[in-house]
Amino acid sequence: MRIIVCVKQVPDTTEIKINPETGTLIRDGVPSILNPDDANALEQALQIKDANPDTEVVVITMGPPQAKEMLQECIAMGADDAILLSDRALGGSDTWATSNAVAAGVKKVGDFDLIFAGRQAIDGDTAQVGPQMAEKLGIPQVTYVKDFTLEGDHVIVKRALEDGYEVLKVKLPCVLTAIKELNTPRYMSVPGILKAAKQEVKVWNAADIGVDLTTVGLKASPTNVFKSFTPKPKGAGIAVAGDTAKEKAENLVAALKEKHII
Amino acid sequence: MKEFADYKNVWVFAEQRNGKLMNVALELVGEGHKLSREISEDTKVCAVLVGDKVEALKDELYAYGADAVYLLEDPLLGQYTTDGYAKVITDAINEYKPEIVLFGATHIGRDLAPRVAARLNTGLTADCTRLDVNVANYMDYLEANTTASLTGLDREDQSKGLKQTRPAFGGNLMATIITPNTRPQMATVRPGVMAKMEKAEGATGELVKVDVKLAASDINVEVLEVVKAAKEMVSLTDAKIICSGGRGLGGPEGFKLIEELAEAVGGVVGASRAAVDAGWIHPSHQVGQTGTTVKPEIYFACGISGAIQHLAGMQTSKIIIAINKDPECPMMKLADYAIEGDLKKVIPEIIALWNAQ
Repeated sequence: MRIIVCVKQVPDTTEIKINPETGTLIRDGVPSILNPDDANALEQALQIKDANPDTEVVVITMGPPQAKEMLQECIAMGADDAILLSDRALGGSDTWATSNAVAAGVKKVGDFDLIFAGRQAIDGDTAQVGPQMAEKLGIPQVTYVKDFTLEGDHVIVKRALEDGYEVLKVKLPCVLTAIKELNTPRYMSVPGILKAAKQEVKVWNAADIGVDLTTVGLKASPTNVFKSFTPKPKGAGIAVAGDTAKEKAENLVAALKEKHII
Repeated sequence: MKEFADYKNVWVFAEQRNGKLMNVALELVGEGHKLSREISEDTKVCAVLVGDKVEALKDELYAYGADAVYLLEDPLLGQYTTDGYAKVITDAINEYKPEIVLFGATHIGRDLAPRVAARLNTGLTADCTRLDVNVANYMDYLEANTTASLTGLDREDQSKGLKQTRPAFGGNLMATIITPNTRPQMATVRPGVMAKMEKAEGATGELVKVDVKLAASDINVEVLEVVKAAKEMVSLTDAKIICSGGRGLGGPEGFKLIEELAEAVGGVVGASRAAVDAGWIHPSHQVGQTGTTVKPEIYFACGISGAIQHLAGMQTSKIIIAINKDPECPMMKLADYAIEGDLKKVIPEIIALWNAQ
């Protein structure tokens, strides 16, 4: 079987700092990583390949040329093939436009049985591209997948809810989006790293995937960024005085009482 | 700017599970009510109620401010499925043409809304924490709460496009998104952020029974089972007092102390992502980024240095009390009351004083 895994290269948002003078993001020196949920998506595909060695795992992403590095990491983890969709015409796409481009890339790959993606990317946190791509491909989706079993021509998955989970049965092909509870992603292997060094990442442009140019890129995107800004820092509070833990606790409770908070 | 004269009214998805409305559904009715009045006198807020035998929920929706309830009932809609719900909601939007459609950013809303928006070929903005149609109100918000420049904005501007504000980059950055060229304008909204209206018992409104066309063959996913978590879901969004612990607790046993504090002050237990990632406590306790936004009366931050995602999820709390060894960490700077010290010594003292009252 052929499994396609959709991944994204993201800045490690836990490393981002704000310049307090200008209120802007400091992105210099912030490392780019494989989006965490996408690593769980790839791991699930690789586990299927472990159990069924004739499985082909193809990783696909959309992004600038430097996203190749992340794809090589995916090959080093065990992916068979990696494709980068890269073209200025695709730049500035919102989730709708991105899903049009990625769906076109997936179609160009050819027949497939299953598509995995991460639930959401940590830079935008939208969780929209997976379902929107499924819609553009006309196949069913399950999001927030935390448990997965392949049974012949269908899969049984557990989909996490806020207060429990659902058990769902879906026929192939379908799109599944992974959360971190699904598995623990493997590290790159030494043979994998050697393979990745030799293997060429395929780069496809908009013409290669035959996507309608009126459905991709900044201009075609139905949503636009109107303004971006940072929240104003809150006014400073007070340091609770006291020499001992007891005194500090007493002063806190007294202050809360005085302000009629308790 | 295109003209969208055919599109009218604000729709909110009235998410129900097992015949009970989700809190966020009522929050959306409240927000939709506010937006609809700002758009025009004759714009209505309409709740979209989907399910099987759920008509009785209409009264609660009216009581919280819905002008109308659009009822989409079918035996095939008894369980949530992406396919079933997406089809009937998309059909209804195409038929009635609302100008705004809002969903709660729940695991169901975030599954359903992108599918609907893609089918309609319109824009969708995820996890909004603020919505505006009135330009002057939006400018007031920017001025009071953000570092944004007001260049290019005009207080007299009477345009009524939806300005959808959301955190990005893990809460480091805020962005306002617009959907200028397509309708409806769609957004998912974070639970716990928008205000419910005062309940008006006995309020009534218009009921629109939508003609639902759905066949079993439209649904490609079979729901085998729905399992409720054995443990009661932690309702951080409704809590008046939250006692949260982070990496400074030093280990899972630290949460025993947090639980005792929560019990003494009548609060619920929260946690930072670091504590959750370390496996010290269940993810349902997590505050911040991909968790929910909380705004309790009192927020205790114990051993939490204040990663930006965590701050984004709790900084609108009314009173923040931080206990930390490091007086320079972001949480201690944000706190209304900052106690520098060993939380293992300070918390027992607070518990004793609270109990003595």
